[in-house]
This record gives sequence, structure tokens and C-alpha cells, in this order.
Amino acid sequence: MNTDISRLHEAVSWQQLTPGCTITGSMTSAAFRTGEWRVDTPRFLEEKCKQCLMCVPVCPDSSIPVQDKKRLDFDYDHCKGCGICAAVCPFGAIEMRKGEK
Amino acid sequence: MAVRERLSGNEAVAIAIRQINPDVMPAFPITPSTEIPQYFSSYVADGKADTIFIPVESEHSAMSAAIGASAAGARTLTATSSCGMALMWELLYVAASNRLPIAMALVNRALSGPININCDHSDVMGARDAGWLQVFAENNQEAYDNFVQAYRIAEHKDVRLPIMICQYGFITSHAVENIELIEDEKVKAFVGEYEPEDYLLKDGESFHVGPYAVTNYYMEAKRAQAEGMKNAKRVILEVAKEFEAMTGRSYGFFEEYRLADADYAIVIMGSAVGTAKDAVDRLRAQGVKAGLLKLRVFRPFPAEELAAALAHVRVLACMDRTESFNNECGPLGAEVKSALFDAGLAPKVINYVYGLGGRDVTVESITSVYEDLIQIDKTKEMGAKYRYLSLREE
Repeated sequence: MNTDISRLHEAVSWQQLTPGCTITGSMTSAAFRTGEWRVDTPRFLEEKCKQCLMCVPVCPDSSIPVQDKKRLDFDYDHCKGCGICAAVCPFGAIEMRKGEK
Repeated sequence: MAVRERLSGNEAVAIAIRQINPDVMPAFPITPSTEIPQYFSSYVADGKADTIFIPVESEHSAMSAAIGASAAGARTLTATSSCGMALMWELLYVAASNRLPIAMALVNRALSGPININCDHSDVMGARDAGWLQVFAENNQEAYDNFVQAYRIAEHKDVRLPIMICQYGFITSHAVENIELIEDEKVKAFVGEYEPEDYLLKDGESFHVGPYAVTNYYMEAKRAQAEGMKNAKRVILEVAKEFEAMTGRSYGFFEEYRLADADYAIVIMGSAVGTAKDAVDRLRAQGVKAGLLKLRVFRPFPAEELAAALAHVRVLACMDRTESFNNECGPLGAEVKSALFDAGLAPKVINYVYGLGGRDVTVESITSVYEDLIQIDKTKEMGAKYRYLSLREE
């Protein structure tokens, strides 16, 4: 059985795992939704954001996409809710919601 | 025609390896298994096998290299004993959890200390929860036959687990016995080619082995691994059936020796079984209904089958060739008693520790076990449930 990594999620049964949890294919980290592990969730308050982009390089999971020099909303498939972005934001444009997926 | 020979257990296993001609063998010498890689590396040097033989710097490296080679897609094995296998400890679990069908020729020897180079089960029993299949041999013929069957079981798509083929330090590893070898081409045809579905060196495919499993996946991964061990029961019997069709030699989870109508029985594994069979024969000649169950497969543990075979026994002794230091029983005793309990059976059971560090096992010493069983039956007094055999004490 070849792995479709996107089928791996928190509700997967043991029967659906590959033998030894092996993974076929490369660059599969994008397809694997590690954002499921998140406990607290950041919310992007766009109206307060000045687009200084200080939050982008501090994100350990590259979960703040940037397009045309502007940050977009969070990539919740991979954000684990660590809150570093909210801590560095000088404008209060990121709010951490406790216990919220 | 099968080849009649006289060989030590180590040489017999080395010949089985030559006949199988696996892809990679990393190994590090340790008494009493040293001869296996020694014989086999000479076969490689003489061009009788094209296996890549890797003389590694430690057993930790041997099992690491075996894991790497197996994950790459190679049919792989190693040989070791005692402290050598203990040094492989963490890797044993890695091999099993990555579902790599590596074979290990394990020549059982006592673990230090005190340091000792002779036979007992402390090495293999220490690894009983590592996820490896564990198969035991009474004599050189069985060690050879079990090795010929090893890859068919381990590599089966429903099993995919590493396998230990155990024999006995010096008793079978170095003693020369008559043996019937199978012709090279028949072994090759029986074992076949290793054709894993996915492997690291597969052309045109990216493949990852041994990924991290967070809490959300680890339990499911272990349950999936356990399924391989469950399926192994069926596969072991299927392979044994095919092996019997080829050789006429019959194998199962265990052998019942004069057990069908036995009142007094022992459960025992390995090279002491031959001696125990002599003891049974002598007791039978005196009219004592003695029998024994020789366990061949310890992992997976054939609990239901074993309980059914022992259901009629009045008093039973479990023979453990290792000390488990729980003050109650050895590992074999614990599993046998658990199997009996789950089957709703409650015969009188005592547990012996015997043969540690190569302590001699004799017809007389085994006979004394049966005498104890008869005594318990007569007096209805259990006495100590956990005993040492052939121990000097005051």
C-alpha cells in the first residue's frame, strides 16, 4: 500500500497505517496537516496590521504566507499555535484564542 | 537426493545462509556464534555466495547496518550471542517497528554477570518483547531447518517482522551431529527471491523509513505491528507444511512428546529437550505417564494451542533457562500459566529455573522434576512453586 499522506490525520485507524509507518513520495510535509496538533489558535486582525512582516520570519512552521510583500491569513494546515507571531507583533494584529482549533 | 552430513550447528546454519545467498550480512564476532560469520565469510571469499559481508565494529553497528540494508531492499541477516545481542538492544525494536524482515542466527548464551560464555536463555528472553519472531531448535537439524524457513515467515506480506532463529551455545553450536542437508537448488526454490513492495533503492520512487510518530499515531503504529505477529501464527504453519512436503520433516508451534495421555508433563525449549525425552522414555518404561511439550515458537506465543495440548495434565512443570527476578516464575512459566488461566484451566504448576550459564542438564536431573510432580500429585502439597534445578544449597 502506498501512502497518500493527506489521508493521515488524527482520526485514522491503525488499519490505515502503512507497515512500519513508511511514507512514499517526496516533499510530503506540505500535504501532511500538522496543524491538527494545535491547541491555541492565532487570529489575524487585518485592520490592525501595518504589514511590517516581523511575524513572518519568526514563524517556526512557515505558516504565514506572503504575497506581493503582504502577509496573508495563517496557513492553519500547518500552524501549531505556538504564539511567537503574536508576541512579536508591535500592533496587536495577532490575537491568540485559547483552546480553539 | 538430500545430503547426509555431520556438522556443528554453527556450520549447518552457515550452510543454510550460503544456500539462501542473502544480499547483505553485517556481523561482529562473539562466542559462541563467531563461527557462523567466520564460516560464511569464507564462503563469500571463495565465491560460493555473493552476499556483501560487512565486518562492522560492534553489534550495535551490525544491527544498524542490517536495518539500513533491509530498508534499502536487501535480504539481510546477522549472527550474534548474549552481550552482542544486548548491545543491539535499541535497534532490535527499530528493526521490528519498521517491519524489516531481518534474520538473526542467535546462539543462546548467558548474559553477564558473572561473565559466562555458556548456554542459557537470558539473551533471547530479554528480547522477548522487542517484536521479533522467536523460534527455538532442539538440535542442529532443527537449527538448519528453522533457518531455511525463516525468510518465508519473516518476509511474508502479512507478517513483515524480523526473526530470531535460536540454537544453543556450545551444546548445538559446536557439537557435531548427523544432519540431512537439503540440496542447494531446492533451498533456493523454497526460499525464493525477496521482492519487497517499497524500499529505499527502488528506482523512481521516494521512500521514507522510520518517521517520527507523535502521540496521536504511536499506539496505532504498535497495534498495526501486533497484527503482523498475529498473522505470523498462520504463516508459520503454512511454511512448515510446505517444508514438510519438501523434506518430510514436520514442524509446528510445538512438539508433543508422549503427551496425549500424560499425567505429568514439563514444558521446555531447546537443546535440553533431547535429554528430557530420554527421561520421559525411562519413566514410561516404569509405568509413569510422563510426557513433555517442546515449545518451538515463543513469539508469537501459541497460547490457545498450548493450553489445549496441556488440558488433561495433572501436574505440570515449566522449565525456564533464565532468571526473571520477579520471585514468582520465569518468562516461560508466566506465559504458560497465563495461557492456562485464559483457557479456564487450573492444573498444579511449578516452575523450575535450570541450566543457567551452561549448568548440565541430565536425564537424572529431569527425572527428579517428574518425581517432584508425582510427589505433589500424591501429597496434594504444592511446596515451593518456583524452584532451582541442580543447585547446590544448604
